[in-house]
Amino acid sequence: MKKNLNGKIALIIGTLLVFLYGIFGIPKGVSGAALEQAITQRIHLGLDLRGGAHLILQVVVKDAVNAETDNTVARIEQAMADSHLAYTQVIKPDPNTPQVIRVDGVDPAHSSAVSSELSDRFGTEYDIASNSSDHSFTLTMKPSQLADLESRTLDQSIETIRDRVDRLGVSEPVIQRYGLGANEILVELPGVEDLDRIKDIIQSTSRLEVHEVAGNPDGYASEQEATASLGGVIPPDQYLVHGDPQGVSSDGGDHVFLLKRVSIVGGRDFRDASAIGPNDSGRQGVNFVLTNAGGQRFYDYTSTHVGSYMAIVLGDRVKNVAVIKSAIRDNGQIEGQFSKEQIDALSLTLRTGALPASIIPIEQRTVGASLGADSIRQGVIAAVAGTLAVMFFMLLYYRGAGINADLALFLNLVILLGFMGFSQSTLTLPGIAGVILTIGMGVDSNVLIFERIREEMRAGKGAAQAVDQGFAHAWVTIVDTHVTTIVSAAILFMFGTGPVKGFAVTLFFGLLANLFTAVFVSRVIFDSHLNSMKAGARISI
Amino acid sequence: MHRRRNWEGTESIVELFTGVTIDWLGKKWYFLAFSLIFSVSGIISMGMHYARTGSPVPLGVDFKGGTEVQVTFASAPDANQVRNATDAAGIHDVKIVAYDVPAKHELLISLPEQSDVNVDSSRKQILDALRQHYNNPILESSVQAVGPTVGRQLEKQAGLATLYSLVGMLVYLWFRFELIYGVAAVVAVFHDTLITVGAFALTGQEISLTVIAAILTLVGYSMNDTIVVFDRIRENLRISRREGLADVVNRSINQTLSRTVLTSGLTFLTVLALYIFGGKVLSGFSFALVVGILIGTYSSIAVAAPMLVAYQDWRMHRGKAATLPAAKRSR
Repeated sequence: MKKNLNGKIALIIGTLLVFLYGIFGIPKGVSGAALEQAITQRIHLGLDLRGGAHLILQVVVKDAVNAETDNTVARIEQAMADSHLAYTQVIKPDPNTPQVIRVDGVDPAHSSAVSSELSDRFGTEYDIASNSSDHSFTLTMKPSQLADLESRTLDQSIETIRDRVDRLGVSEPVIQRYGLGANEILVELPGVEDLDRIKDIIQSTSRLEVHEVAGNPDGYASEQEATASLGGVIPPDQYLVHGDPQGVSSDGGDHVFLLKRVSIVGGRDFRDASAIGPNDSGRQGVNFVLTNAGGQRFYDYTSTHVGSYMAIVLGDRVKNVAVIKSAIRDNGQIEGQFSKEQIDALSLTLRTGALPASIIPIEQRTVGASLGADSIRQGVIAAVAGTLAVMFFMLLYYRGAGINADLALFLNLVILLGFMGFSQSTLTLPGIAGVILTIGMGVDSNVLIFERIREEMRAGKGAAQAVDQGFAHAWVTIVDTHVTTIVSAAILFMFGTGPVKGFAVTLFFGLLANLFTAVFVSRVIFDSHLNSMKAGARISI
Repeated sequence: MHRRRNWEGTESIVELFTGVTIDWLGKKWYFLAFSLIFSVSGIISMGMHYARTGSPVPLGVDFKGGTEVQVTFASAPDANQVRNATDAAGIHDVKIVAYDVPAKHELLISLPEQSDVNVDSSRKQILDALRQHYNNPILESSVQAVGPTVGRQLEKQAGLATLYSLVGMLVYLWFRFELIYGVAAVVAVFHDTLITVGAFALTGQEISLTVIAAILTLVGYSMNDTIVVFDRIRENLRISRREGLADVVNRSINQTLSRTVLTSGLTFLTVLALYIFGGKVLSGFSFALVVGILIGTYSSIAVAAPMLVAYQDWRMHRGKAATLPAAKRSR
């Protein structure tokens, strides 16, 4: 009784072609170099194999909360003034909980008016509580709002970092949320070995802001002096910033400036910055350009504040203080000593927008490309040596059937790599461990089947029947072992990160491939062999 | 091993372990003693390590946090000189290991514990100290700087992922066999992991992320091995209902013995290749697998299968139904 196997053989050859395409794509040529290039385009290697830098960044979301509530403080003051409601001050009582705002010293007569005003305007974003004993109102950002803000901050940081990394010309970077801790970002930069420069640019908070100068435009010598000039208390809408702007002091030393907390323009209002060369007096500077909306705001402000002083603050330091001579619309200059790197970095960060919060690296790894190449070489040599030894043994021990096993094993590796190519997964060193377990289980499947066939033959069954029974019995075991491990690989993939995930990916694909090759392909080879045999002949196993 | 002539008269089939009748369960007390000795010595060495360092196993930088710089020197470096250089710069507690092939002039320099605030500072300190001391250019070929927070998160997450995957396997086995099969398999896997990790504590090798991958590999391997035996037990239970469970288990182990030896032998071969050719980068990894495969093979026969029998004896002792915990479904 002969089986028609044409359909099955076509299916196997089709699978082989599809997954070969997965590995190589359509190569430009058949030379070794062209094939190698084709592979490296399809199969992505992890940083541990190709070299590169890996960073985990902590986003200080508190910064963003602070900025948001600063803004709200200004809005509350505005709202109270508009409605002519009396109060002493609007403050944020605790720097560690920047989501809390307190309105102090509300006139008891206005209490209900203030209450309705606050809940009308801020009730959707804040929980509002009143304290009748000291006539204060406390606004606490709603947890949902807070979570939303944190999430937006994280997304915005990722966007900004991606933008910066792209402009630096790093190819195939990975920038995504890192699942392990709250507010962490994973950055992987293949091929980058000198991390210092790139890291500086990535985490540069270089926020460029223009603030109104509240106190002495020449600054104060120390914080104490600045505070003393106000009678010991800094109003909540003002703050102190250090800086050593040119032209203000002859000694060039550190000065303290008293500025309005809310900026005139800042952050995303800037579109670009470029260097302007040393002028006649040897001064260098930066030329900046505002966006349309920012320019309009700047114009509105400067046209009504001619004669006032404004301070240009970069990265929390005052870089320049200038008097407003006339209305300015959308561009201006900052004079000062800037190095070329500083200006390049500033220009890049302005063009990509400011980070919404500061960023701290909490993990940093670099792998030299040569070390990565060593790992590949050693891993591949080990895997190939192991596989060859196993293949050789299978031929020796199972003779004819050993060819089945070896073909199945080979096809398994093709399918596994093809899967990796199709799914754009990354092959890492732990991934090679997954390949090794796959090879082990692939061989095991064949051993299970062959031992079972031998057992059936010992029990006196003919070749065709022994093969049939052997596969039927071994199939149940193979399904159980494979499904168990596939379940575990899937769970590791879902809950794991980094190396655990790398291991799970190759194992998962490898075992899927195995179910096909060890059972289906191996069976077809047996059947085609049985077809060509004389009745009653014995198979070589 | 014996050879015989096949029907066509051509030479030879090589076969191992056909028709063996070893009474495995009769040796269960030896197995128990063996497993206990190894598990307990694993636990003791972890305990001793814990008393010494505050962590049960030597953890790599990945988990405990710290800085590890792999430096390539222009000429063969002298560890003492490097230590002098770092001491002079006021950096203490450095660990210096000659790395890999001597011809490459590489050293692995590491510093423990780091704050989250500035993970990069130790690397800079080390390199500055070395650059001051050596005129020849030195090259950092790889750097790992891990803050303690990330390390702890990673440790927790790797542990949780492994735990979930064990539960997943247990549930699947429960569904395919019976709960006790799942429990026995998971206990066997746990036993293997315990002994392997104990071996790390005993030999003082560090557990890094690649070692975790190796431990996951051995979990998969050991589970596979156990299921093969269980599957045969299930099949045999259906065929011979009147035979005692101990006999069925013995027979099942014997029937699958040639497969067990072959597969373990072949896998061991692969791992051995890895150990020999894999170099120092993979040494912890292959060490875990070498230990794990031996223990994993052993545990399927000596831990998982006897547990089924012990469970049944216990149920009979309690006067419950003496039925075998056979599989609920099968094809």
